[in-house]
Amino acid sequence: MELADIIIKFILVVIIFAISLVIAMYSTYAERKLAAFFQDRVGPNRAGPWGILQPLADGGKMFLKEEIIPTNSSGFLFIVGPALAIMTACIGSAVIPWGQRLTIGNHVIDLQVADINVGILYIFGVVSLGVYGIMIGGWASNNKYSLLGAIRAASQNISYEISMGLSIIALLLVTGTLSLREIAEQQHGFWANGWFTWNFFKQPLGFLLFIVCAFAETNRSPFDLPECETELVGGYHTEYSSMKLGFYLFAEYINMFISSAVMATLYFGGYNFPFMDMIHSPNLVTILGVVFLFAKIFAFIFFFMWVRWTIPRFRYDQLMDLGWKSLIPLAIFNILITAVWITFIRG
Amino acid sequence: MEPLSNKRKEVNNKPLNFMERSYLPAIAQGLAITMKHFWKKPVTISYPEERREFSENFRGMHSLKRDEQGRERCTACGLCALSCPAEAITMIAAERQKGEENLYREEKYAAVYEINMLRCIFCGLCEEACPKEAIYLDGDFVPSDYLRKDFIYGKDKLVEAPLNQ
Repeated sequence: MELADIIIKFILVVIIFAISLVIAMYSTYAERKLAAFFQDRVGPNRAGPWGILQPLADGGKMFLKEEIIPTNSSGFLFIVGPALAIMTACIGSAVIPWGQRLTIGNHVIDLQVADINVGILYIFGVVSLGVYGIMIGGWASNNKYSLLGAIRAASQNISYEISMGLSIIALLLVTGTLSLREIAEQQHGFWANGWFTWNFFKQPLGFLLFIVCAFAETNRSPFDLPECETELVGGYHTEYSSMKLGFYLFAEYINMFISSAVMATLYFGGYNFPFMDMIHSPNLVTILGVVFLFAKIFAFIFFFMWVRWTIPRFRYDQLMDLGWKSLIPLAIFNILITAVWITFIRG
Repeated sequence: MEPLSNKRKEVNNKPLNFMERSYLPAIAQGLAITMKHFWKKPVTISYPEERREFSENFRGMHSLKRDEQGRERCTACGLCALSCPAEAITMIAAERQKGEENLYREEKYAAVYEINMLRCIFCGLCEEACPKEAIYLDGDFVPSDYLRKDFIYGKDKLVEAPLNQ
């Protein structure tokens, strides 16, 4: 690898990192604003025009808050918890293809940090690591409510990871590859050979299962039991304050962004958009592709928030019922149908 | 038995069918409802910039009135304090001295007149009780403050501004 390539990769990493942090930051603002709109309110509108500086004010507040480490907490693990949560949230973005190739002079820039051939497995691994941040934080707090929240988070993530994995298997049967780049390439354009190219139209049930599991994996409402404040005070982060709490909240929003990106890439064509073959400048296609990918991601984030302000939280036993008794059988059924379709119809 | 209203609804416990158990139709319905609200105009008033219009008989902060010649009407009879169900009003009466005829209309006046705005329930009974038409609840609402003692309003805040000033 040449030096120039390394520098380009480095810049790409920094840009993606910055973008995910900014999006997570403004997701908090969007969440509050959308919550207000859904409830016939105005929302934050005092910090800057339309309250646009609200995330900065919140961030400043978080930094200036007193740092409290409970006496009976396990000191080191107490700090590792939020660090792990935000780290696993951030590294998920490494394998997502943000666009096609950009040609500047004689350099071809791949808008993806690492095109590894087991991209989906990598995402899965990172997502499963994410629960350790919550688990360790809840355990290290030495507080029964934190621990209960952490246990809920762990069992919920484990249960829903199964059906998520099963719904992905059906998708992999269709695509025949684990590389996210290749999956995105396969969904080129919008319409080919008499059917939509996007995987959503080949795997509607799989997508439904995946999005339900994504809600559970990111601990978003209606599956936000780990931080269910009516039962558990603040959930796993009850004892946290200052920027350590900020990291937990931030990690949740980054997770939401990454899972939106994964859903857009796996099921909604990633950076592909209709009529992309009619534009002949490859660089323009790439840039438009990035814009379309982000539009899809924002649509998913909007959907996450829309659902949050619509559906009440599941009860714990209902959550387990849904995961084990409905989603897993449905996912297996989906695999079966897909396999039959591939063997006998697609040939 | 004859129902009191026709709003009675029979409750049934029949088990959910397959579609209902999948929650999806109900979720879609809920999403449609919230989306309807998304496009509605907010009902919020941005308070310091915008203000809601008061009704004509709104009862706000009290003011002690003056007559046509700018003299205080209050004669410190104490009927307002007596009528007050919240016991918010206290006063100390004083006799009008020679040369003060242009300040006080009656021979007796309130040297100290205090209303505790934290006790006041803005019922308007003081204004009904007043025989001299000296007190009216025609002001704005009472502004917020930091200390309890600052909510005890004396004559400096209650008496109307003099006529030609």
